[in-house]
Amino acid sequence: MDAVQTASRQRSPGYAGTSLTGLVVRITLLGVVAALAVWAVLPLIGARSWIGVGVVAAATALLFWIYLTPNKRLPLKYLVPGTLLLIAFQIVPVLFTLSTSVTNFGDGHRGSKDEAIVSIQTASITQVPGSPEYDLAIATGGDDTLVFILSDPATGRYWAGDADGLKDLVPADVQKGLSGKITEARGYTILTAAEAAERSQEITDLAVPVDGGGIRANGLSKAFKGTSSRAYDQACDCVRDSVTGEVWTADPETGYFTDAAGQSLPQGWQVAVGLDNYTRVVTDEKIRGPFLSVLWWNFAFAILSVLVTFGLGLLCAIALHKERLRAKFLYRTLIVLPYAMPAFAMLLIWRDMFNQDFGLINTMFGLDVGWFSNPWTARFAVILVQLWLGFPYMFLVATGALQAIPSETLEAAKIDGATGWQAFRRITLPLLLVSLTPLLISSFAFNFNNFNAIQLTTGGGPFAAGNSSVGATDLLITYTYRLAFGGQGAQYGFAAAVSVFIFLIVATVSVIGFRRTRAQEEIYR
Amino acid sequence: MSARSKTAGRNWWRHLILILAVVFALVPIVFVVSAALNPQGTLSSTGLIPTDGVSLSNVGDLFANTPFAHWYLNSIIVSGSAAFISIFISAIAAYAFSRFRFAGRRVGLMSLLLIQMFPQFLAIVALFLMFSEVTELWPAFGFNTLSGLTLVYLGGALGVNTWLMKGFFDTVPKELDESAVMDGASHTQVFFRIILPLVAPILAVTGLLAFIGTINEYLIANVFLTQPENKTLAIGLFGLINETNRNANFGIFAVGTLLTAIPTVAVFQLLQRYIVGGLTVGAVKG
Repeated sequence: MDAVQTASRQRSPGYAGTSLTGLVVRITLLGVVAALAVWAVLPLIGARSWIGVGVVAAATALLFWIYLTPNKRLPLKYLVPGTLLLIAFQIVPVLFTLSTSVTNFGDGHRGSKDEAIVSIQTASITQVPGSPEYDLAIATGGDDTLVFILSDPATGRYWAGDADGLKDLVPADVQKGLSGKITEARGYTILTAAEAAERSQEITDLAVPVDGGGIRANGLSKAFKGTSSRAYDQACDCVRDSVTGEVWTADPETGYFTDAAGQSLPQGWQVAVGLDNYTRVVTDEKIRGPFLSVLWWNFAFAILSVLVTFGLGLLCAIALHKERLRAKFLYRTLIVLPYAMPAFAMLLIWRDMFNQDFGLINTMFGLDVGWFSNPWTARFAVILVQLWLGFPYMFLVATGALQAIPSETLEAAKIDGATGWQAFRRITLPLLLVSLTPLLISSFAFNFNNFNAIQLTTGGGPFAAGNSSVGATDLLITYTYRLAFGGQGAQYGFAAAVSVFIFLIVATVSVIGFRRTRAQEEIYR
Repeated sequence: MSARSKTAGRNWWRHLILILAVVFALVPIVFVVSAALNPQGTLSSTGLIPTDGVSLSNVGDLFANTPFAHWYLNSIIVSGSAAFISIFISAIAAYAFSRFRFAGRRVGLMSLLLIQMFPQFLAIVALFLMFSEVTELWPAFGFNTLSGLTLVYLGGALGVNTWLMKGFFDTVPKELDESAVMDGASHTQVFFRIILPLVAPILAVTGLLAFIGTINEYLIANVFLTQPENKTLAIGLFGLINETNRNANFGIFAVGTLLTAIPTVAVFQLLQRYIVGGLTVGAVKG
């Protein structure tokens, strides 16, 4: 292998040096890169993100190193732009997903332990008799964050408070209206009652942290300083409720504060759970059962999608593969039309065509079938939709491949006495498959994760009575989507582990497929 | 039938297959056209053929009640620039994979395919967290900007398209490069003057695939663009037929669908002579 590479490297031609135009273009582009880098670094310095500054500096230095030396590192010169984008917007997100798959990241486990404690404390702030009260105006700061403008009627002092804490305001900066309401505060925008009402949930949730508790709104024009009844105790690593005396102890395994009876507070934090998410897929009966049933349908869906679209596409291509066929151009134009229609919209149109009450399919054939309420008709329907969306592409691909088969080969077969069918079966089809297998495999991989095809039509359904987690047409990816973003609370960590499984399955099948094709040799020659 | 089969001769079976395929291909499209022309504009009143007369009232409603023109422009800008730039990025990478031999070439090619097989939608959580930071630091590329969305789409520039291109580049004989180098061409001149003109068909095909892919993209755009005027066609149209308005808005949705198809059909017609040849790796004999 090494010997082969060295040999071919020696064979590679000696390119001429850069021309004047090339030099000018290169200097201009590197100038743009430098300007962009400076533009990108300034906000990073402002935010004191030294790691960010380092990354930008390193990337810029790399680009200069690669492009400033003529006729060296040629492959890198051509690969770097795409690779940088690939790393930033595909590999980093995938690595992030991998890193969350060994945590319990999800609803109730989003932040750190400190954030969970703050959230427990502010959630328990209550007004007790004698709590100080303030006049309140709801305002927004520069970037549309909610700010409480507070005034103490007794002392005449003013504050601005947000989730980070209180800040004193100079009385001269604050204007009061006739009714005593605050109407202006320099640097803030006071919201009207209607604007404030729109954000009422945010207002209720905001607690301005102060010593021993926090300030919360009480309606839209009053605020009170309350004390939190629950406080974290470093000594016992627990949360104690000063009113009821209950104690919740931190459990570093699950990322929850749990009391003696095993009840947890809803606010938890993100902890590493090791391979728990992975073993859950394999061992937990509630997960493994659905996973396997989804898996076989997922394979059937992907394989059938490829087979039916390729079958019909090839049939049309063969039918059109004839010189001087009447209306050839018209046929071709009409057959590729579905390919030009926006797929997402047509999936929704198909969904409505299968509607039981006023869908086109039932009215056209005088049926009354609830297509999406029976598992098998629903599966038939989604495959039919796949066929419609996909066969024009296969038709185009097969047409191109048919034209590439030398006509002498087929004529020779005819002379040897082969019938039309024999010639097709023994010569045309094998030749087609050699050139099209890579495309068929990537079509399989695409359809294996074809989220839109299911989500926009059946939504994974029909669901068996009493089981809303797995539907009959669910693919692994739609099933995982509901795990990650679904109604029962987001479980990113677990969903990430499932997507690693999906990746391993698709990648294995595809790699085997590629290895088995002769196209491989051509690609790697 | 007998008169027909006489004129069609031995090709009758070809016509039969093709007519059936055309009917299958056209039924949903005719249905969309019928819904677009249906003056009532509801799903329940739409048949395959308009029965209550035809009108263009849905077109007027679409433009009057939604920022459709904005969506349209946004989609053209994002899909057009993402397709154009990603084809360029992909083409230079394919040139490297096809013409140079270097360490990591095999691994690089295989990784490009494998990365695409990771279920990307989970990465949306990561992209969301990333771009929350970006929005703070560089609002020009943050949420609700077309430039940010385009940038994310460009992350997928290297992928299946690079493979298709590389396969096609391989069919251009190396002797062409070598003789150009003899005549004193630099590697960039070989790429721009010799290779690019010869691989126009595959550029057309991958360009079209990239365009169709981004104009249909829904999940990422939905996270990125939240303000009504900023939306692309995919999210805008999808929002029209949410659960409550599914029946009532069907007519204007159908109009939107047909108008969305126009740029794709136009690009398709423009590039048609390249497409059949370009879709198949090695279809052009060297």
